[in-house]
Amino acid sequence: MAVVPVPRKPLTFAERTYLPQIAGGLWTTLKHFVGPKDTMEYPEQRPAIPPNYRGVPTLVFDPHGREKCVSCQLCEFVCPPKAIRITPGEITSDDPAAHVEKRPQEFEIDMLRCIYCGLCQEVCPEEAIFLQNQYSMTGLSRAEMVNDKQRLYELGGTLPDAHFKWDKKKAAEEHSHSH
Amino acid sequence: MFDFYFHLPLWIRMPAQGLAVILVLFPLAAACSMAERKICAWIQGRPGPNRTIPPWIAWVPVIAPILQHLGVFQLAADGGKFVFKEDPVPGHVNKFYFILSPILAMIPALTTVAIVPFGAYLSEGRLVPIMLANVDIGLLAVFAVSSLGVYSVILAGWASNSKYPFLGSVRASAQLISYELSMTLSVLPVFLWVNAPGGHGTLSLFDVVQSQSQPGFLGGLWFIVFMPLSAFIFLVALFAETNRQPFDMPESEADLVGGFHTEYGAFKWSLFFVAEYCHMIVGSGVFVLLFLGGWNPLPWLPLATVADWLGLAGIPLAMGVLGIVIFLGKVAAFIFFFMWVRWTLPRFRYDQVMKIGWQRLLPLAIANLIFYALAIAVIQK
Amino acid sequence: MSALLFNFLAVFIVACAAGVVLNRNAVASALCLLLSLVGVAGLFVQLDAFLLAALLVFVYAGAVVALFLFIIMLLDMQGGDRKPFTGLTLAAGTLAFLLLAGGVFSFAAHARLPATPAPAQAAGASLQNYAELLFTTYLLPVEVVGFLLLIAMLGVIVLSKKFEPELEPGAGSQKPDVRSQMSDAGNRKPEGSQEIPNHP
Repeated sequence: MAVVPVPRKPLTFAERTYLPQIAGGLWTTLKHFVGPKDTMEYPEQRPAIPPNYRGVPTLVFDPHGREKCVSCQLCEFVCPPKAIRITPGEITSDDPAAHVEKRPQEFEIDMLRCIYCGLCQEVCPEEAIFLQNQYSMTGLSRAEMVNDKQRLYELGGTLPDAHFKWDKKKAAEEHSHSH
Repeated sequence: MFDFYFHLPLWIRMPAQGLAVILVLFPLAAACSMAERKICAWIQGRPGPNRTIPPWIAWVPVIAPILQHLGVFQLAADGGKFVFKEDPVPGHVNKFYFILSPILAMIPALTTVAIVPFGAYLSEGRLVPIMLANVDIGLLAVFAVSSLGVYSVILAGWASNSKYPFLGSVRASAQLISYELSMTLSVLPVFLWVNAPGGHGTLSLFDVVQSQSQPGFLGGLWFIVFMPLSAFIFLVALFAETNRQPFDMPESEADLVGGFHTEYGAFKWSLFFVAEYCHMIVGSGVFVLLFLGGWNPLPWLPLATVADWLGLAGIPLAMGVLGIVIFLGKVAAFIFFFMWVRWTLPRFRYDQVMKIGWQRLLPLAIANLIFYALAIAVIQK
Repeated sequence: MSALLFNFLAVFIVACAAGVVLNRNAVASALCLLLSLVGVAGLFVQLDAFLLAALLVFVYAGAVVALFLFIIMLLDMQGGDRKPFTGLTLAAGTLAFLLLAGGVFSFAAHARLPATPAPAQAAGASLQNYAELLFTTYLLPVEVVGFLLLIAMLGVIVLSKKFEPELEPGAGSQKPDVRSQMSDAGNRKPEGSQEIPNHP
C-alpha cells in the first residue's frame, strides 16, 4: 500500500484561539437544547414491534381451539440453555382431538434461562411454539419467572393455521377406512 | 421598617446572617445541581429526571405535573439520599483530614457571599446596597477567601491516600494558583476606571455597579462592552477557578476516576458538590456585578430609573426585591452559560491548561492592563 | 469583647506556630502555618486594616502555603521519622527564645508609650491611604523590592533551567565517542575474529 503523506496545515490564528470552534460547538448544543427530545417515555409510549420479532416464547392454539403442541420434545432437546421442561401426556380416547394421541401434560419454560434464540420455534414440527411480541417479563421470585403451560397458552392465544395437518390426516384416514 | 434588626445585639445578628446564608445557598446549590441535570439532558436530547413525585402532591392539578417534569422532587429525593445513605470512611485514609476537608470546602464557599451585594434600594435619595458586609476592600476579600478553597481539594486528595485523588489534588493546587494571577490582573482595568482621580478609592463591588449606572454614554455602559478582553480573561479564569469544564482537571472523571473526591461518598461528597456550586454562584455573581451591570436591567437604564417608572422608588422593600430579582436573573443566566459550556466542550489536556494559563492568559492580562491604563488616563484627563 | 478576641487570637497564633515546629508531618505543619496566618489576618482585622488582612490571606494563606503543600506532595515527603529537635536546633531555639524574652522584657520595662486615647481611625485603613503612601513616600522601597523579586525570579529560572551542553558542537561529540568506545569494548572478540581471515 502506497503511503500518501498528507501535509498537515498549520492552524490559523483563529483556530489556535479555540474561540470560533467553541462558539460553533455552543451553537450546536443550543440547537439540541431547544430541539425535540429523542427519548421514548417507556411505560406510556411503547416501541413499535417489527415483524418477526423474537419476544417471549409462547404456546398457541389452532383456530379450532386445539392445542397444537404434541409434546414431541424436540424444542426441549434443541433448547441451548435447557430452559424447557415438557412432561408428555396421553390424550384420552373420548377427547375430540384423540387422533392426535399426545399433548403436553406439563410444559414449563424457565424465563430466567431462556435466551430468546428462537430455536424452539425453528425446530417445532407442529408450529406450536412461537416467539411473539411480548418483550417484558418480570417477576418477584424465581418461581414466578417459570412460565407453566397455562400461562404459555395465555400469552400465546390462537394463531391462524394454514394446514390443519391433523384434521387432514384424520379425514384421510376416515376416507381410506370408508373404501 | 427593618430598623429593629439593626438594633439587635451583634451576637444575634451574626448567627442569623450566617444561618440565612446557609439556608439560601444550600437550596440554590441544590437547584443548580438539578438545573445541571436538566440542561445536560436537554442538550443530549433527553427529557431528564421527570418521574419523581410524592403521592400526596400528585393530586394537585396543573402545578404538580409541571413540577414533576422539571424534576423538582427528584432534587429533594437526591438530597434525602445524601443525608441518609451510608457514609463510609475507607480504611487507608488519614481520618482527621479526610473528614476535615469537606467541611473546609464549605467555609470559603459560604463566606464569600457575605461580601457580594445582590441588590440595592433608595433610602433618602441615596442608593444603599443589600449585602451582608459592606467592606471597602470588596473584591479583594472575595478573592482572598475564595483562594482558600484550594485547601479542601488539596487536603481531600492528600488525605485519601490513594493515587487518583492525589493526582487530582496536585493538579488542583497548580491550576488554581496559576489562574488566580490572570483573574486578579483582568479586573484591574475595571477598578482603574471606577477609581477616577479624586475619588475615595475603593474595591467595593457596589461602587463598580454604581459606576455602571452613571448618566452619559460611557457612564451607563456595561464593562463587558467597554472592556471585553478583561471580561473574557476573567471568564476563562473563573472557569478554571471553579473547576468547571473545560478546566475540571482536579476531577476529570475520564482519567482520574473522580479526582480529589474519588474516595468520598454520601454526605461528605455532597458537601464538595454544594461547595462547587456555591463557588459557581458567587463567581457568576461577581462577574455580573463587574461586567454585566449588577442589578441594572439594561445598559444605560439604571435600576433607580426603572423603579421610578414603576413608582417603586419610594418603597425600599419593593425596589430591593426588584433589584434582587434582576440580579438573580442575570446570575441564573450566567450559571446556565457555565452548564452550557460544560456540556459542549471537552476537557483540556493538563499541559494545555498550564500553557493557556501562563503563556496565553497571563501576558494577555498584562497587555490588557497596560492598554487600559493608558486609555483610561487619556479618557479621564 | 475586643480584648477577649485579641487574647484568643494571640493564643491561637502562638499555638499554631508551635504546631508548625512540633508537627512530625510536613502537611500538618503547613496547615498549622496556614491557620497561624489566618490568625494574624484576624489581628489585622481587629486593627481595622482590612486591606492588609485580605492581602495576607490572598497571598500567603491562599497561594504561598498552597505552593508549600504542592511541593510537599510533589516530593512526597512523608517525614514520619523526622525528629522535631536535634541538639543544634534546640540550642538555636533556646538562644532565640532568650533573645526574644530579653527584648520583650526590656520593651515592657523601659519603653514608655505616650498615653494617647485609642486611635479613632488607623491611618492605613483606607485603600486610598495605602495607595498614596506606596506611590509617594515609599515609592523607592516598593520599586527596590519589586526589582529584588525580579532578580530572584531570574535566578530561579537560571538555576532550574538546564542549559544543555550538547547544543554546542564541541560538547556534542562527547557522547557518541563514549558509546563507540563502549561498543568497542563489548564487541572486541567478534571484531577480532572477523579480522583474522582478512589478515593473511
